[in-house]
Amino acid sequence: MPQTGEQSVSEYGIPKKRFPGKKRENARTAHSRRPRIKRKRTKRDLIAQWGSTLFMAPSVIGVLLFFVIPFCVVIYYSTLNNPIAKEFVGLENFKLVSSNEAFRNAVRNSALFSVIAVPLAVVLSLILAIALDNKIPFRTQFRSFFLSPMMVPVASVVLIWQVLFDYNGAFNELIGKFGLEKVDYLKSDKAIFVVVVLFLWKNLGYNMILFLAALSSVPQDIIEVATLESATPRQIFFKIKLRYLASTMVFVTIMSLINSFKIFREVYLLTTDYPYETIYMLQHYMNNKFRKLDYQALSAGAIMMSLVMIVIILILFAADHHYGKDLEG
Amino acid sequence: MSARMENKGRHSRRALHISPRKLKKAIFMTLATGVCTFFAILFLTPIVLTITNSFMAPSEISANYGSVFATTSSGGRQFVAERVNLKFIPDMVSFSQYITVLFKSPEYLLKFWNSVFLVVPIMIFQLLIAALAAYGFARYDGKIRGVIFFAYIILMLMPYQVTLVPNYLVSEKLQILDTYWAIWLPGIFSPFSVYLITKYMNRIPTSLIEAAQMDGAGEWKIFTGVCMPLCKGIIFSTGILVFIDYWNMVEQPLILLSDPERYPLSVYLSKINAGEISLAFAVATIYMIPTLLVFLYGEEYLVEGITYQGGVKA
Repeated sequence: MPQTGEQSVSEYGIPKKRFPGKKRENARTAHSRRPRIKRKRTKRDLIAQWGSTLFMAPSVIGVLLFFVIPFCVVIYYSTLNNPIAKEFVGLENFKLVSSNEAFRNAVRNSALFSVIAVPLAVVLSLILAIALDNKIPFRTQFRSFFLSPMMVPVASVVLIWQVLFDYNGAFNELIGKFGLEKVDYLKSDKAIFVVVVLFLWKNLGYNMILFLAALSSVPQDIIEVATLESATPRQIFFKIKLRYLASTMVFVTIMSLINSFKIFREVYLLTTDYPYETIYMLQHYMNNKFRKLDYQALSAGAIMMSLVMIVIILILFAADHHYGKDLEG
Repeated sequence: MSARMENKGRHSRRALHISPRKLKKAIFMTLATGVCTFFAILFLTPIVLTITNSFMAPSEISANYGSVFATTSSGGRQFVAERVNLKFIPDMVSFSQYITVLFKSPEYLLKFWNSVFLVVPIMIFQLLIAALAAYGFARYDGKIRGVIFFAYIILMLMPYQVTLVPNYLVSEKLQILDTYWAIWLPGIFSPFSVYLITKYMNRIPTSLIEAAQMDGAGEWKIFTGVCMPLCKGIIFSTGILVFIDYWNMVEQPLILLSDPERYPLSVYLSKINAGEISLAFAVATIYMIPTLLVFLYGEEYLVEGITYQGGVKA
């Protein structure tokens, strides 16, 4: 439809096969590039415009009502001293929250977790995708196996994780055979690594599917030419495929980052409200504040977090934009 | 493929050249298969263990895992082994866990229905509203729409820690806190499905729409008669993704519902884990069944849905 119409559809109305790079170009200019010559707006255009607006209405109203307007209220609350007196205090709440020890700890832990888990999730899933991209035996079965953790509710497998990583657990039993010391993983500084393992277990399959799709969209003729020019598989991978993967890699990073904030589920279900210090996550802090109905702290926390997220997302979008440009020429 | 080989004659080079390359290929393939097998075992073990252990008799569970849950399990009547005994195959297949869960203590089953009751309306209405909105986004290209769509993407990428605060404020204002509406309404309007379905609809050729319009079809007719049949697949895919996301929810009920009786099983299970360990495996397995069924029948749709997500921008 018109949004990408001009570029994506040939005159016969058949969608053109688009290269990843081209696709990105479309995306970026979808809204800005319209036909140069201003056509007279016909009645049909008007119907399309206003008719389709009606279709959007329920969703837009819902989003406004449940996300956008309340978020404005959140911004308003964050500048008040308390909801009853409603005295304007400027950035006082932000200072208060950001100097709070629990909040700092939560931010530190969440950030550390994301910094460890996200790169691992990207690299390991890429390795899996590359392995699966070959004609190895039981390919489809492997794909299903890797995806299956995504389908399993966290709550269902928490028991097994407990059995594995408890002080008397199976993992300790195993390393005990090699003469290593027993550790109560969930109540030690190693807890974060257990959580990283759980995160990878859950998310690798999803990332892998994204990479597999990207790998199969690398134009085959370019690889054939490279092979004819006697490029080694390594060269083909690093010089050709990786560039086509750049955009997907950005997306996988974004999604892994988002999912890394959901790790609270695993931590909560494993250790309930009071986890070991190093796995006290941001959501724990928020839950705590919800219980105390501390709107000021909640609002300030949410705003700070949203700002950080927006900055990270925009940086990643910019990176995508930058690397995408290479391919368009 | 060293320089030495390059210098040799054409024939000898060929003979020498192919075998190392083939060897390399073979090594690579073995390595790839090995890596896949390793990860496959790692990925499947927890799931398989949960399912097989659900067929253990309670006494066997406490004998095997008693030492992990010793502090919390009910009494020390049974023999508790010193160490954990991780077992794939039960000594004796027993359905006693299931019988207890299904017939004797219905509270777990009630929580299961809580989950269903929470997730199904969200899934259906989110898809419905998203399909309509996606048509709106895809049908006409305008500046405001572009801005709104970008806002949707940003909103979609916001973690719960950000969105739950506004959700809580609205629920409080509308006085729907502690009711399922507090979870349903934000879920129904979640922008995720809009994003995914719009991306798909953008690929429907304009000429198809225009042809329908020429034939005198109104907007509603185009939507139901042209777009919806083409989007069936992506709507299934989106539905699966929405379903697994909400079936797994923990954050929203914890904050928006205060009565544990109304919690979905995803949250309530952690409380069983601490208490009646002997039942927990059966409950966990029952909770897995819907998602595993969806997976078995809809894997292709799931993969397609994930693939369409790739590339944040439309």
